[in-house]
Amino acid sequence: MKAKHQRLTLALLGVAAVVAAALLAMSAMKDQAAFFYAPSDVQRQGLPLGRAVRLGGMVQAGSITRARDGVTVHFVVGDGRATTPVTFAGITPDLFRERSGVVAEGQFNRDGSFTATNLLAKHDEKYMPPELAGKMHETKTLER
Amino acid sequence: MTAEIGLAALWLAAALAALQLVMAALGLARGQPEPVAAVRPIAIVQGALAAITMIALIALFLASDMSVKLVVENSHSAKPWIYKFAGAWGNHEGSMLLWVTILGLAGGAVAILERRLPERTLIATLGAQAGIALGFYAFLLFASNPFARISHAPPNGLGLNPLLQDPGLAFHPPTLYIGYVGISVAFSFAVGALITRDVGPAFARAMRPWVLASWVFLTLGITAGSYWAYYELGWGGWWFWDPVENASLMPWLAATALLHSVTVLATRDGLRAWTVMLAVVAFSMSMIGTFLVRSGILTSVHAFAVDPERGAFILALLLIYIGGALALFAARIGTVRAGNTFEFVSREGGLVINNLLLSVILGIVLIGTLYPLVAASFGVQLSVGPPFFNKAAGPIALALVVAMAVGPLLRWRRDDAGALLDRLIWPIAATGFTGAALVVLAPPGVLPLLGISLAAGLAVASILPLIGRNLLRTPLFTWGMVVAHLGIAVSLVGMACDSAYTAETLIAARVGQPVRVGPYVVRLAGIKPVVGDNWSALEARLTATRDDDTIVLRPQSRFFTDPVTATSESAIATEWDGQLYTVLGQADEQGRWQLRLWWKPFVTLIWLGGVLIALGGALSLIGRWRRERRERRVVVQERYA
Repeated sequence: MKAKHQRLTLALLGVAAVVAAALLAMSAMKDQAAFFYAPSDVQRQGLPLGRAVRLGGMVQAGSITRARDGVTVHFVVGDGRATTPVTFAGITPDLFRERSGVVAEGQFNRDGSFTATNLLAKHDEKYMPPELAGKMHETKTLER
Repeated sequence: MTAEIGLAALWLAAALAALQLVMAALGLARGQPEPVAAVRPIAIVQGALAAITMIALIALFLASDMSVKLVVENSHSAKPWIYKFAGAWGNHEGSMLLWVTILGLAGGAVAILERRLPERTLIATLGAQAGIALGFYAFLLFASNPFARISHAPPNGLGLNPLLQDPGLAFHPPTLYIGYVGISVAFSFAVGALITRDVGPAFARAMRPWVLASWVFLTLGITAGSYWAYYELGWGGWWFWDPVENASLMPWLAATALLHSVTVLATRDGLRAWTVMLAVVAFSMSMIGTFLVRSGILTSVHAFAVDPERGAFILALLLIYIGGALALFAARIGTVRAGNTFEFVSREGGLVINNLLLSVILGIVLIGTLYPLVAASFGVQLSVGPPFFNKAAGPIALALVVAMAVGPLLRWRRDDAGALLDRLIWPIAATGFTGAALVVLAPPGVLPLLGISLAAGLAVASILPLIGRNLLRTPLFTWGMVVAHLGIAVSLVGMACDSAYTAETLIAARVGQPVRVGPYVVRLAGIKPVVGDNWSALEARLTATRDDDTIVLRPQSRFFTDPVTATSESAIATEWDGQLYTVLGQADEQGRWQLRLWWKPFVTLIWLGGVLIALGGALSLIGRWRRERRERRVVVQERYA
C-alpha cells in the first residue's frame, strides 16, 4: 500500500466512524430520547405512553401526601396552566418541598397520572433546571 | 489590599500573555533572535503572575474578606477552613481563574523543561499557549472579575452549597483542570509543529508526557467524581450521564485516543496527520467541557445559573479557538508528509481500530450531550437520559474491550492472522469459561453477561505481554500498559456486577424491625441528634448482620443553616465482595423511619479499576522519563569520551 493510499483509507475510515456515531445516536435517540413534558404540554400533545419521559413543574401548595407504607408519596405538579398528579416510591430529595421546582423521571399512566422512578429537585437557591427556567420566573438571590 | 494585588497581577499576566504572543509571532515571521530569546522568560514570569492571582484569591477566601463579592456569594465565615480554601474554586470566577493559573504554570514549565524540540517549534508552541491564555484572561477581566468589590459588606456571607462541602470534591476541580490544561499544552505543541512544518517523532516525543500526565489526572478526576456522586447524592448510582460528567468524559475519550496515536507517531513515525487532528479534537473537547460546565446552560449540580452574557463570551472564545485550530489544520495538513505505512493486521492497525471505536463513542456522547441544547435553541424541550447512552455506546464499548485484548498481542508493521489466533487461545478460553459459568450459576442480563465474560478475557490477554519475560527487565511503560488495561477489565466487572446483581430494599421501618437486603439482615437500633461544624443532624444507628458477623452503620440526615439546606449522608460498609449502602429518609407520624438499603456486589471494583488505569499511566510516564534520562546521559558520556 502506498503512503498516499493509506492516508486516504484512514481519512475515509475516520469519516465512516463519525457517520456511524451519528447514525447510532439518531437511531437510539428515536427510541430512547426522554422528552421533557410540563403538565400543559400533555393537554396539548396527548399522553406519551409506554416510554420513559421527564415531567417538570412546581409542586403545588398543600398537595404532598404520604401513603400508609411510609415510603410512597403523592403530590401534584403544575406549571400555572395545568396540573398532573404524581406517585413516587422512595426517599424524596432534600430539596423536595411544596412551591418549589421538581423534575420527575418515569412514565405516564392511562388516566393521565404519572408514576415517578426518580425525582430531581432544585439543588440550591442559585440553581434552576433550564427546562423550568423558561417556564417560570427566576429568583435572584443578590441585587446585581 | 489583597484583592487589588490579585487584580493587578491578573492585568499584568494578561499583558504579558499578549506580549508573549506578539514576540513569538515576530520571531517566527522575521526570524529575529531578540524576540525569540524573550519568549521563554516572558512565559515563566506570566506563570508566576498567574500563580500570584490565585494565591491572592485563596487568601481572600481564607480571611473571609466580605468586601469581595465572590467571597460573599460563595463563602461563610463559619465554614471549616478547608472549605474556605477549596471554596476559592468552588464557583464560576474562581474556577476560571484556577484554569488560567494552571495554564500559566504549565506554560512556564514548558519554557523551563522543554529542551528537545527545535527552538522555532518551541517558540510557536509558547505562542499558541499565550493565545489560549489570552482568551481566558480577557474573559476574567471583562466578563467575570473574581476580585470585584461589593458596596455593603454583609457580616457573614451566603455560604457554599453543602453538597459541595466534601473533601473529595474540594480537590476534584483542580484535578480535572490539570487534565484539561495538559491537553491544551499538547494542542499547543500540535499548533507549533504545524506552524513550523515539523510534525514528526520529535514532536510526538515532546508531546507524549503532557498527554500522559493530563490523561492520568483526567482518569483520577473522573474516578473521584464518580465516587463522590455515588456516596454524596444517595441514589446508589455511580454514573448518571449528567452533562457535567460527560463534559469530563469527552476529553478523556479524546485523550485516550491521542495517547495511543502519539505512541505510533513516536515509535513508528506513522499516523502523522491523524495525531495532529486528534490533538485538535481533544483540545476542542476540553474547551467544550469547560464551556458546558461554566456557562450555566445545563441541568446539573455544578452549573450555576449565571447570566447568558458569559455564555456568549465563552461561546465566542470556543468558536475562535476551535475554528482557528481547524483552519490552521486544514491550511497546513497538506504540507505534512505521509508517515510510514503498515499492514492492516499489525499493532498500528489495532491502534487505528482503537482510535476509531473511541471516536465513535466520543461522537455518541457529544451528540447526546449537545443535541438537547441545540433543540432547546429551536424551542424544543428535550432531555436525553441514560437509556440513550447505554443503548448507543454500550455495544461499541464492548467492541473496544475486544480490540484492547487483541491490540497489545500484535507485532508492529505486519503480523500473521493465524499466529495471532494462537496467541488468543487463553483469552478466548477465559471468556467462554466465564460466560458458561455465569449462565449456569447466576444468569445476569445480556450486557452484564457479555461485560463480565469479555472482562475475564481482557484480564488474561492484558497479562500475556508479561509472560515469558524477565519481569525485572521489562520496561516500565510495558508494565504501565498491562496495569491500565487490567484496570479497564477490573472496572468493567464492577460495572456489570453492579447492574446485574444489586439488591435494593425500600421501607419505612420501626426501631428494632429486621429488614432483609442481599445477604444482610439490617435493624434500626436507634436515632439520635448529632452536631457538626456548621450543621446539625439526625443520625440512625443500623446494625447489619450476615453469618454471625455484625457491622454498625450511621447514615445521617443533615441540616445546614447557611444556606438553609438538608442533605442525606449515606453510610457505606465496604466488604471484600461488595458494599452495603444505607440512606436515612424522613420520619412519619407513626414513628417509622424511611430506609433505603442496597447490597451492591463488587461495586468497589469500578473505582479500583479507575485507580489502576491511572497507575498504569503514571508507570508509563515514569518509564519514559527514566529511559530519556538514560539516553541523555549516554549522549553526554559519548561527548566526553
